[in-house]
Amino acid sequence: MKISVTVTLKNDVLDPQGKVVMQTLKNMGHKNIDNVRQGKYFEIDINEKDKDEVEKIIVQISEKLLTNTVIENYKINYK
Amino acid sequence: MKSSVIVFPGSNCDRDIAVALQKFQIKNQMVWHEESSLPKSDLVVLPGGFSYGDYLRTGCIASKSKIIKDVIEHGKKGGLILGICNGFQILIETGLLPGALLRNENLKFLSKNVFLKVVNTSNKFCSNYKKKNIIELPIAHNEGNYFGSNELIDKLENNDLITFKYCNKSGEVNKNSNPNGSINNIAGILNDKKNILGMMPHPERLIEPMLSGEDGSMLFTSLLK
Repeated sequence: MKISVTVTLKNDVLDPQGKVVMQTLKNMGHKNIDNVRQGKYFEIDINEKDKDEVEKIIVQISEKLLTNTVIENYKINYK
Repeated sequence: MKSSVIVFPGSNCDRDIAVALQKFQIKNQMVWHEESSLPKSDLVVLPGGFSYGDYLRTGCIASKSKIIKDVIEHGKKGGLILGICNGFQILIETGLLPGALLRNENLKFLSKNVFLKVVNTSNKFCSNYKKKNIIELPIAHNEGNYFGSNELIDKLENNDLITFKYCNKSGEVNKNSNPNGSINNIAGILNDKKNILGMMPHPERLIEPMLSGEDGSMLFTSLLK
C-alpha cells in the first residue's frame, strides 16, 4: 500500500523559511500571496493490506519519528 | 568522576569535550553510538556537531541510536547528562528535555562569541558561576532558536530550570542581545530533577587561559564539587 504523510509546522510556530519564500514570491511580482508555510512530505510503501493495521503503523511512525509533535502536525493521505 | 562521551557519525566537538574533561581530571571514555551498553559513568556527554547530517530534524536520528536507551536510563536514574549544541538538540529529541529547537530566526548559521547570564546557579552544573555570572562563550549553530508553549516557558522560569540566557556585555537580557530568536533569550535548560543540562553555547571551547579564556572551565569545576 502506498501512503503519504505531510508534516507542517503548527500555526503558532514561527516559520522563517516560509516567510522568506513568501517575501521572494512578492518580490517576483506575486502581490496577491498572503502567506506561505513550508513543510515536509514523505511517501511510504508499506507491505501490509489490512487498512486498520496500516493506519496504526503510520500513526506510530508519524508520532515517533516523522514529526516533533511539540511543533509539528501531520496528515496521513491514503491513496 | 567518570564520564562517557557518545560519538555519532557527524559529531565534531567530541574531541574538544574529551580534552576539556581530561583537563579537569574527569576520567573519560569515548563511546560509539552503536554500542549497546553504557560503561559505568557519573556523567554522559552528548557532544556538538551534525549527527547524521542533521537529516529529518537536528538530533532526531541520533536520538534513536542503539546507545540512547542506556543514556535515557542513566538520566532517569538521576545520572548527570550534558548536551552541548547538537547534544542539546539530541536531548530534546529523546524527550529528556522539553520544548523544541527551531531554525535561527534570521536563517543564518551563527558562529560567534555571545554573552550569557547564568540565571540559576543552584544546580550541579553551574554552582561555580556564583562568583561570575556574566560570561562569554562561543555559539556555532543553525537550529538554536528555543521554542516551547507559554505553559512550558512559565514552568521553566518558575522552577529555576533555565541556566543560561543570552545577554549583552552588561548583563541585560533583551531582544537586541538575542542572537537566534529563542523565547526569553533561553540558551540552556535543565530537566525537572536538574541532573540533565542542554545548552547551545560551547563551554568546552573556553578552558585554556592562554588561548581563549576560562569562562567554560567553571562548568567543569562545578561538576567536580
